Parts: sequence; structure tokens; C-alpha cells
Amino acid sequence: MSYDTIKSILVALALLVAFGIFLRYAWQRLWVYLRRGQASPKFGDWGERIKGLIVFVGAQWRLFRFRVPGIAHFFIFWGFLLLSLTILQAIAEGLAAFANPHFVLPVIGTWGPLAFVQDFFALFVVLAIAYGLYLRLVVNPERYKGSHRNQGVKVLTFIMTIMLSLLVMNGLRINLNEDLLGHYRPISALIGGLFVGLPEATQSIIEEISYWIHLGVVLMFLTELPQGKHFHIVTSIPNVLLRNLEPRGRLPVTKTADGAAGVSKMEDFRWRTMLDLYTCTECGRCQDVCPAYNSSGLLSPKLLIMSLRHNLQDRGAALSAKQTNGVLSKSLTGEIVGEEALWNCTTCYACDQECPLFIEHISPIVEMRRYLVLEGKMDKMLQEALANLGRYGNSLGQSDRMRAKWTQGLQPAVKDARREPVEYLWFVGDYASYSPTLTDVTRKTAEVFQKAGLNFGILFDAERNAGNDVRRAGEEGLFEMLMGKNMQALGKCKYETIVTTDPHTYNTLKNEYAWDGNPPKILHYTELLDQLVASGQLKFSKKLDAKVTYHDPCYLGRYNGVYDAPRRLLRATGCELVEMPRHGDRAFCCGAGGGRIWMEEKPGHARPAEIRVREAAALTGVQSFVVACPKDVTMFKDAVKTTGNESRLQVKDVIELVYEAL
Amino acid sequence: MKIAVPIKFVPDLVEELSIDASGAALDTSWLRLIINEFDDHAIEQAILLKERGGAEVTVICAEGDGVDDILFTAAAKGADRLVKLTGADANTMNSHAAARVLADLFKEIQPDLILTGVQAHNDLDGSIGPLLAEYLGMPYVGYVAGVTAASGSVVIRKEYPGGIIAEMDVILPAVLGIQAAEQPPRYVAYSKINQVSKTVKIEERAVAGLDSNGGATVSRMFQPEPAQRAEIIDGSPEEVADRMVGIFKELGVL
Amino acid sequence: MSQDIFVLVEHLRGGVADISFVMLAAARTLAQTSGGHVVAVLLGKDAQKLAANLAADKVLYADHAALTEFTSEAWQLTLAKLIEEQSPRAMLFGHTTIGADVAGVLSAKLSLPLVSSCVNFTSDGKFVSQTCGGKIMAEGELPSPTALVTMIPGGYKAEQGQVAQAPMIESFAPPALDNLRVALKKYVEPEAGDVDIAKESFLISVGRGIQNKDNIELADELAAATGGTVCASRPVVDQGWLPTSRLVGKSGKRVKPKIYLALGISGAPEHVEGMGESDVIVAVNTDPNAPIFNVAKYGATLDLLDLVPRLTEKVKQAKGG
Repeated sequence: MSYDTIKSILVALALLVAFGIFLRYAWQRLWVYLRRGQASPKFGDWGERIKGLIVFVGAQWRLFRFRVPGIAHFFIFWGFLLLSLTILQAIAEGLAAFANPHFVLPVIGTWGPLAFVQDFFALFVVLAIAYGLYLRLVVNPERYKGSHRNQGVKVLTFIMTIMLSLLVMNGLRINLNEDLLGHYRPISALIGGLFVGLPEATQSIIEEISYWIHLGVVLMFLTELPQGKHFHIVTSIPNVLLRNLEPRGRLPVTKTADGAAGVSKMEDFRWRTMLDLYTCTECGRCQDVCPAYNSSGLLSPKLLIMSLRHNLQDRGAALSAKQTNGVLSKSLTGEIVGEEALWNCTTCYACDQECPLFIEHISPIVEMRRYLVLEGKMDKMLQEALANLGRYGNSLGQSDRMRAKWTQGLQPAVKDARREPVEYLWFVGDYASYSPTLTDVTRKTAEVFQKAGLNFGILFDAERNAGNDVRRAGEEGLFEMLMGKNMQALGKCKYETIVTTDPHTYNTLKNEYAWDGNPPKILHYTELLDQLVASGQLKFSKKLDAKVTYHDPCYLGRYNGVYDAPRRLLRATGCELVEMPRHGDRAFCCGAGGGRIWMEEKPGHARPAEIRVREAAALTGVQSFVVACPKDVTMFKDAVKTTGNESRLQVKDVIELVYEAL
Repeated sequence: MKIAVPIKFVPDLVEELSIDASGAALDTSWLRLIINEFDDHAIEQAILLKERGGAEVTVICAEGDGVDDILFTAAAKGADRLVKLTGADANTMNSHAAARVLADLFKEIQPDLILTGVQAHNDLDGSIGPLLAEYLGMPYVGYVAGVTAASGSVVIRKEYPGGIIAEMDVILPAVLGIQAAEQPPRYVAYSKINQVSKTVKIEERAVAGLDSNGGATVSRMFQPEPAQRAEIIDGSPEEVADRMVGIFKELGVL
Repeated sequence: MSQDIFVLVEHLRGGVADISFVMLAAARTLAQTSGGHVVAVLLGKDAQKLAANLAADKVLYADHAALTEFTSEAWQLTLAKLIEEQSPRAMLFGHTTIGADVAGVLSAKLSLPLVSSCVNFTSDGKFVSQTCGGKIMAEGELPSPTALVTMIPGGYKAEQGQVAQAPMIESFAPPALDNLRVALKKYVEPEAGDVDIAKESFLISVGRGIQNKDNIELADELAAATGGTVCASRPVVDQGWLPTSRLVGKSGKRVKPKIYLALGISGAPEHVEGMGESDVIVAVNTDPNAPIFNVAKYGATLDLLDLVPRLTEKVKQAKGG
């Protein structure tokens, strides 16, 4: 038998084995395990989905939020696509070797411009991989903490080997005049130049060895693919295609037949969530922006996803093997994912927004919290807050009859929207209504509305907490009860627009309340005032001469995209706005969201609000830290004290500046 | 073991209370009632005993606003039987009357252990625990903050001032006044209560008549007079702090 | 049937509880209206010495091994026999872990009326009781024939019930105390090693208004600045934010500091029982209707979180300057 015949047989065998292993793992993981998950809602809107594929996979849009690593990945991705054609050529020529040792595929092996582009991409990939290795081995940024670094390095080495062997092989073929498109491959030619002095026979042997290394490593990579984080090469496309297209502020809920929500084991998750788990590349962008990770360190969204993936695979294997104990008896909430980690999430959406592949973190966290709530396993303070919310409709445990006490003495009296029609129904919210440190700001808001000549009213004692954070704390039943009561109260009123003080209220009213396809117009007060300034209905008599910075509330900014209205409003008062390094959609959470404001904070850690205040205090000349959320006022007033910035920074609500400038 | 937990509703102190026209009773038109917090602990203690050693737990309450919810909540925690006493106005039922009604019921149910809140903030004629115990001929121990079941008896931890705990043996059947359960009353998710309310039945028992003898007649109710009240220091936190430092100095503690 | 006012002397492990003296003082007022004597009822074993400074006209004493330490059943049986035989006009019990355990049983057993949570008696012999957590007072005629009354402190000073000269002791026989169903096994000591808040003269006490464990630090800082000691009401200790040794109230310590700064404490009777006799009480609470303002000399309706850091600063300044 000739060498060429043996080569053909070996290539065919290697292909069979490698694809066999790949398909076996892929079938097991993507079919057997995923089918154990719960049904996912129907995926519609395919136009939008395919558009997403082009933007987020093709153009790698989200990756550039971390610029240099993003560019490096862009080249690896496109290099991979273009050079997969050379792999195809390598396989084809191996299989055909017994008949024609110099077989070339049509177009792929004959079209010069393609060869030219491929040749340069091979170089780009080598450079990008070198950067990747440098990042992992030398820089080793915090975001990689907990990731499988060795696996990453191994795969990078694989790709590097595939590229270098390709360049060597092509270079030698040019030297040996075996390459019809040699003049289209300047980089390969350059590499080939290194071998020019060697005898032709030696060059030929090195060329053949390079071929085997190239193909061999490719096939090895293929067998590794479904077993580690590089499975994302396979799952990222369906993951982005089947991403959640609902508004960010609408939290998904999976319910069992008896109406209970909550996930207590892996198979309670939707299969779509499981696909997310396979897609995580452990890049740590989520961890880098996470307020919980950056303060207490008790939660890393990345490690959470990794632990879940690990459990998905272990449980999957154990269930397939019909085991009854071992990993199957481990509790999901407790042993697999720590309860503390679950409760530390502020639901700020920074992680979900940052993930290049649209993995959802908050949704599974809340699903698991729902189970903990069903089990009564929660912080005592949270328990008390929820009990109060159930009994009085507010978390502070105050009488619902006292909700509108802050209006006492206001002239003219604030209208009761239940008794007379109003244009604007103001949904005031718990903290703004009850907190002794905030009612002053609430009164100022009312006075500003009055001065702008708004026809507005409130629900008085019929208002209940809107439930945004009740839902995110995992108490779905209580959320439904609160929503029901508010909808009932609102249903009896005549109004055109709902205005909210609290961005959290704003979010749930806008995105989650069951308006039956007929939602009213819902505005945050900063949006409303911005409109009033634009229309000339609200006029300022003073120009404030202050240098301020503005903190974007998560539920106003990241969740609902309201970034400009509060800024325009601030500038209209004459304030000079200085941005913090992290602003707009990158704003760093105050730490209060998702029910965190009702939970005990572990002492001994920096708190998110403190980190944020330090960020603001580093801005020269800024006197005021301006917020647009009552929870922010509470959180930051405290943080300003605890960080010793009380004389340096004043925490103010936008409305206070508006009030001053009137 | 059969455990019975009679509970009662009391005015919610979060609300402002007022006196009615007679001048001798609370104005009930504005009253909001909630479960007596010690009774909530009694339920928790009963559930803990059930979880540890098995028991059939019956929770009993006189009818009123919100009572069904509380009974369903108890069932969601693990109570087996729910009983609602009907036909009696809980607002006019004092502890003596309630204890007599409950004693009749318990002669029938024959519980081994009766747990009830050690007191309620409006017990003007004492709490029901000791009364009930005597009507049933059972021993009573109050201010209990921990119960361990043994055979035919329980070991209880009774709280004394200064953090001293007395461990006592109490032979069953007995009545215990619960000061605090071994863990704070657990939270029950709304969906669980909803679920229970669809599957669990509340037994209703009509109350024939009330015998309130044994209580005192209140001739006048009033809110503590302003003269007794503190001198309120007004002003900003800054100003209040200044004044307080002044007071500390006057008293010579600084 | 007599016009005497009986007082159950409460004692635990060889010490007479303060409430006994408060009741003796109350009984004196009542006896003046009824025209009877003040009679202290003492149960125990070789416990005559406990009668030494009781301000009573006489002491009725029962001596029995089963009465050594309080157990509801033995005490209740003994008292039932005594009340039946003597028919006093009233018998006063502490509204405490001892008195409240037996008063109710006696009311049911002897079909006698019971008045709970009495603070004081008016000059015409009416009872005044606290109800609704101290937010409401209830007044009424002392019921007949024998009124059983449980008393909370606040109306009388303990010193009024103490005398230097020991009263006359008259023994009475307890009933047969066999087949008892309640038995004391042992006392468990509270955790030791902490400061004794009962001995401190400046207490900074925190309640529910402190909101979370972190904020205890604010109180600690104020304590460090003033030289005071931090203590707490029940909810704070129940949460585990401070040890039980710092608990003030019915089931905690009774304290009488020179100054008691109550931060975010509503003033439930159980708490007031432990601190009501402090020389000066300064209360800070956001709720202007909180009962704590009924016992405080000074009050401020502020959020303690706003006040305390400033107060700490001012104290430091005052001390420095």
C-alpha cells in the first residue's frame, strides 16, 4: 500500500472517530439533558432574531464593550469562519490522496482572493491568540478569577498550533511549487522563506508533518469542544437566535400546574435557560460589572452560571445512569449555589447587559429565590418586610391610612384621583410616602407639579407598593396580590398618564402590570418634567450655579433606557453636569434593588453605594450627587456618611434642584 | 400527640386608636385587627413540635376579618385542622368567656397539649391560658420559650428576668403560655396560602352563648394624658443633638 | 370576708423581686380606701428572712419544700386555699412570669374576678390598667368580692414598699402538695462574661428603629464617645444583633441608670417594665405617638439614623472642648 492510500485511510478513520466523539457528547448534552428541562415559551419575531444574529454574532457587537479583547475575539471569530474552509480543503485532500495527492477543492482551493484573505486572517488570528495568551498568563485580570484558565490556555494553544502549522505547511508548499495560489499568500511565503536552505526532501517531510499536526489538532479540538467552555462555538448561534426579546424589565416566571413558582432542581429550569449555561465562555464580563461581586464578593454571576452548568452535566449523567443518590441528592439552592449568593443579587441588569451571548443571570437567580421563599428560607428582615407588604401594602410596616400623611398642609390640597378625574395620576411609592427623610422631597415634588399647573392626583390609601422588588425577591404570589390591588384602585380612576417617583415602580407598571393590551402612558417624573420644560410649561427663574454628577438608577437607565431626560432637566436648571467614569448604561448600582434594601448587609464589606460615592467624590469640584430614585437617596445619604464624605458631597434628588431653580 | 392552638385577634397598634362615644371602649369602626403576636409564636412552636416528633395540630380562632387568611396561613405552615368559632363577637369576648367556650371544645377534641400566646396586649381580664387550664383541670406554665416533647410530659424552658431560664417538667395534658417559639414565626409565601385555601376546609363551630363573668367592668378609657408625656425637642438633627449634649451635661454624665 | 389587701411576694433564687415592693406600695393606697390591712403572702422553704423589709402590716408565710422555688401549680394550690379561707378584698400579683402564671388559674378556680396590667389605684380605689401596649388606659371599679389584680410597675416606687423593720410573720399551712404535675428541674444561667447593664449609669438602648445589624455600630460609636453602654429591646436581641445579656425588659434586665437614651424603641409595657425607673429617659422615635414618650422626660421625633452620628460628633466636641 502506498503512503497516499494509508493517508486516505487514516484521515477517514480519524474523521470518523473525532466526529463520533463530538456528536455523542453534543447529542447527550443538547438533546438528552436539555429535553429534561421545562418548556420555553414560543419564539416568535424571527426577523428580529435573525437581525440579532447578524449584529451580535456576525458583528460581535457586545464584545467591543471591552475594546481590545473584543477586537481580538472579532479576528479569531472571523478567522475561524474563513479558515474553516482551509480545514475543509485539508480533509478533502487527505481523503482524496489515494487517487490524487494534490487534490484541490473547486473555488476554496482555487480562488486567489480567498487565499489572500485567509492568509492575512491566519496572521491576525496568531496575533489575537498571542494577545489572548498574554491576557491570561501575564495580565490575568480579575474577571478571569474562577474561570477555567488552563482550559482557556489549552484551547488557545490548540488554535495557535493549527494556525502556525497551516502557515508552515502553506509556506513549504510554495517553496516546493505545489501551491497554485502561492502568490496570493504573502505571509505563508514569508514563513516558507525560513526553510529555503533545507533540502527539498526534508522540506517535503516537514510539510507532511505540518499537515498532520494541522488536521490532528483540529480534530482533537473537535472532540474537546462539547466538553468545555468552548462549546459556545456551537451554542452561541442558537443562544443569540433564541434570546429573550421581551422588555428587559419583564421578569420571566415559570409556574407549575398548581400555580407555584420556583426552581428547586436543575430540571425545573426551562431548557432555554440550560442552553444559556452551555454558552458561557467564562469571560467574566458579568463578574467585572457586578455590584455584589465588587462589594461583598458573595456573588459572581459567572461562577453562578458555571456552577449551574456543572450541575447540569453531573445531574444529566447521573440521571442517564439511573443513579438515585450522589449528585442527585445535592440541593440546588444551598449546595450547588449558595443561598447567600442568590440573595446578594441587586438585579441591576449589568451582567445581563454585558454578556456578549445574551445569557440571563437574573432570571435563574429569581427562579431559585422563589423556591427559597416557598421554603421560608430567607433573611429575617426580608421576612418582616414581606409580612408588612402583605399586611399594610408597604415594607415599612406603617398603616396604609397614613400613606398620604405627607400631603397634610399642602395648599392647594392634593387631589384624590379616586374622587375626581385627573390628567396625571401620581403613583408616589412607599419610600417617598413614608420615609421621614424623604417626605420633604415628596412635598417638593408636589409643589413643583402644582407650580407647573399640572392637573394631578394620587391614590391616597388605596395605593400599594407596586411590587417590582417583591417580585424580584421571589415572592411571586405577593406581587400578584399587590398588582391586583393596585389595578383595582387604578381601574376606578379617570386619568391619562401615570407618573411615578420611583424607577422601580415605573418599571413594573410599564413592563409587568397586566394592562390587557391597553396600557396607559407611564412616565417617570424626570421624563414628565423634561417634557414640561421643553414645552415651556415649566419655567425656571434661577440658574443654579452648581457642579453636579448624576447617578443613573438601574430601573430607569439600564432597564428602560431613560438616560437623557434627567440630564436635560439638570442642565435646564443651570447645573454643570460632570459624569462619573461609569455612567449611562454602565452606571454602578446603589445596592438597593431586587429587595436588597430589605435585607441585612453583612458587615465588613465595602457596600455598592460606598463604592459609588467614592467614584463620585473623586470628581473634582462636584458638590452634589444627584439621583432620581427615592431608594438612592436613602442608600447614598447613608454611604456619604459612612465613607466620610458628608462635607464633600450632598445627595440630592433631581426634584430638589428643580425646586431650587423655580 | 394532639396539639391545640387557640389564637386571638387584637387591635393593630400601628393604627391610631380612639375611644368610642361611651368613653369606656375602643372605637371599633376604625380598628384593624391582627393576630396576637404571641399566638403566632404558639403556632410556630406547635409546628416545630410536629416537625420534630409528629403531632396533629389544630388551630382555633373566633370569626372576624382576616381570620380565614390566618387560619390558612397556619395550615400552609403545617397545621392539620382549622376551626372557626362562629356566632360570637370577638370584640366583646373577654378572656374568661373565650376560655369557657374553648374549654367546651377541648373536652371534645381532647388535646394533649394546648399552646397559646402568653398574653395579648388587650387582655384586661388576664390571658386565656391559665383560665383554660383550670377549666380543663390541666396544669399551666406561662412565659415559655422552648418545648421538648417526652413521653407523657414535656420539658419546657420558662423565661425569668435577667435572662435566667428555668427548665421544668410538665405532665400532659397541659396548657403552655408561649412567650417565644424556638425560632421566629416562619414566612409563608402567598402562593402556598392560596393553594391551601383551595384544598383545606375550615370547620365552623357555632358558639351558643358567652359567659363573661370573671372580668372587670371598665368605666372609662383614656389615652395617657399629655402632662405625662415627654418634652419634645424640636428642630433639625443638628439642633436636637446640641440640646441633648446640653441635657447630658446637666445630668453630669459627660 | 375582710377588707385586707394581700400581696404575693415574688422571689427567685433567694431574692425578692422589685415588683413585690411596688405592689406593697400600691396595696397601701388601696388599704387606705378599703380600711383593711396590707398583708404580704410569702411562700417558700426556710424563706422567712425574705420578709425582712416588706412594708406590710403582717406577713402570711407558708413553708413547704414544694414551695422553695416558684412553680405555678404548688403556688397556685397554696394560694387558692389561703384566699378561700381569708377572702381578702383584693390580692395583688405581679404581671410577671410568676404572678401572671397563677392569677388566672385562681380566677377560674375560685370564680373570682381578675384585673390585668394594673399600673395604679386611684384615691377612690379604682384600678387603672394599661391596655393596647400602653396606648390606652382603662379605669374601673375594683370588682368584688375578692379582686385578683396583676400589676405592672410604673405607678409606685419600689422604695415606698420597703421598710427597715421586719413585719410580724404568721404561718399558715399549705394544702397537701402531692402528685404535682409541674416540677422545676434546674435553672440555666444566662451567658456570662459581658458587662452588667444593670450597674451602668448611662445606657444607650436600641430598638427596632435601628433597622439592621450594621447600624448597631452607630450606637457603639455613641457609647464610646459618651462612655455609655449599649443595650437593647427585645426585637434587637431576637434578631441576634446583641446578646441576651444586653436585653432590657420583662424577660431581660431591669435597669435604673442615670440616663436612659431610648433609640427607636416604641415603649411596649414589657420594655418599660425594665427601664421605667431610670432617672431620666430620653427617647428618639419617628412615631410621635409611641408610648415611650409617656415615660420619657425628653423626646425627639427624628430618625435615629440621622441623629446619632451628629450626636456622637457633638459629644466628642463637647468633651474635647
